[in-house]
Amino acid sequence: MRKDETGIRYDPFEVEQREWKRRQTNERLKQMLTIASPVFLLLLWEVMSRTGMLDIRFFPPPSAIVGTFFSMMSSGELVTHIGVSLYRIVGGFLLGVIPGIVIGLLMGLYSPVRHFVQPIVMALMPIPTLALLPIIIILFGIGDLSKVITIAGSVFFPVVINTAAGVINIDSIYLDVAKNYGAGRLNFFLKIALPGALPVMLEGIQMGQAIALLTIVAAEMMGATSGIGFLIWTSYKAFLLQEMYVGLILISFFGYLFSVMLRGMQKKLIPWR
Amino acid sequence: MRNKTKITIRDLTKVFYKKQGSVTALDDLNLTIGDGEFVCLVGPSGCGKTTLLRILAGLENTSIGEFTIATENEERPLQSMVFQERGIIPWLTVEENVAFGLKMRHTPKEIVEQRTSYYLKKTGLDKFASLYPKELSGGMKQRVSIARAFANDPEILLMDEPFAALDEQNKFILQEELLSIWAETGKTVLFITHSIDEALLLSDRILLMSAQPGRIVQEIHVDMPRPRNMEKVRENPEMAAKFVEIWKHLQEEVQQSRQEEA
Repeated sequence: MRKDETGIRYDPFEVEQREWKRRQTNERLKQMLTIASPVFLLLLWEVMSRTGMLDIRFFPPPSAIVGTFFSMMSSGELVTHIGVSLYRIVGGFLLGVIPGIVIGLLMGLYSPVRHFVQPIVMALMPIPTLALLPIIIILFGIGDLSKVITIAGSVFFPVVINTAAGVINIDSIYLDVAKNYGAGRLNFFLKIALPGALPVMLEGIQMGQAIALLTIVAAEMMGATSGIGFLIWTSYKAFLLQEMYVGLILISFFGYLFSVMLRGMQKKLIPWR
Repeated sequence: MRNKTKITIRDLTKVFYKKQGSVTALDDLNLTIGDGEFVCLVGPSGCGKTTLLRILAGLENTSIGEFTIATENEERPLQSMVFQERGIIPWLTVEENVAFGLKMRHTPKEIVEQRTSYYLKKTGLDKFASLYPKELSGGMKQRVSIARAFANDPEILLMDEPFAALDEQNKFILQEELLSIWAETGKTVLFITHSIDEALLLSDRILLMSAQPGRIVQEIHVDMPRPRNMEKVRENPEMAAKFVEIWKHLQEEVQQSRQEEA
């Protein structure tokens, strides 16, 4: 009534709608920022490199790197390197993740296994697999197998530790429920232990994926005749910095791609979170 | 019907042994509960009521003494427990949670489906059958827990303060729902609670426990006719007197344990 007198009427829906629209704009702005940040970095690099603020010998402009990328792609040279590295990464990743999950689950489920295996894992974990690379090359040669094993060795540890921790940290009330409702061994494993450990386990796999990429580059730099790491190292030695940057950016791209893929898988596998 | 005995507990003692001194949680407990009886255990926290329930649920062993649960049908499980609020499994849907006990016992598929859908409907959960627990309110979660226990069709039901975490309104609604399902099935129920109101509304018999060592010190029969609801309980002067009686007992117990601590 009083509002009519003053001639101003507030429609509550309108007020809330305006508020909602404002929040939407805010969200879109944040998304824009996420996209803008890498673009901004590249632009800055381009400008600084072209104006001579950055030494063009060490920091060739991104546009030149893109050009090199396409010429390397069309010559077929790059495709081989990418294919070889991807094969090693995926192979090594699987060879590390699968035993990591199996041993981690056994450690989590059976405490004698845990007490026996834990000290071994703890003692071996701090040794960088890369430091063992000379021995691995002697044993498995300079080809794909030595790289696959090096990656597997690095990926194994975060996965095994996180999987065991995932099982151990399942809320004890779910164990009580399983026992009270008469779950057998197999059902306990499939319905309680595995899904209960999954979130923490996937964190470990995510970590393993990052380590796989770090390892491949270093391993291929030290003893390989092909692959992205090999490309980076030989380009660097020949002072072909544009080619070297192509290799570095490819690694960064694959790291991003794998993270996105794993996160998508996470959403599929744990819809209940 | 009531004269048949369902649960018998004889000379049951439970001691928790620790290096720094052991605790007698239950001391020489003797108890019989009749078939179809609804019994509430009321006592101060730490009086061993949860321990007793966990022993009956097969989650804890007795130190000495024994208990028996009379079996009527070999295919039924002995007991099913309604846990406190976190007791439903977050990675199973509402429907999978309700069917959990039946599936674990490898019950034929048609029976699982039939019982699950019956209790989903009964508890008003049928619309939420495919949701995960994170999408449910506290009251809905406890309905899942209750449906799971009843769907399992056990010889007896054990309930460990299932409504303790709920707000007052929801608590009253769920208590009455529980009573109506219970009336239909005629199951024997052993129910733990802090709440005197809850015990008066639900029970045929209230057992008052003392703390450390846990003993049953008093037994109160509640013969108010069923169906009951909270209004009737509150209006009934006899029930008001019983409330005060239980209240005084609990006060004394709490005071005593405080003095012992000091």
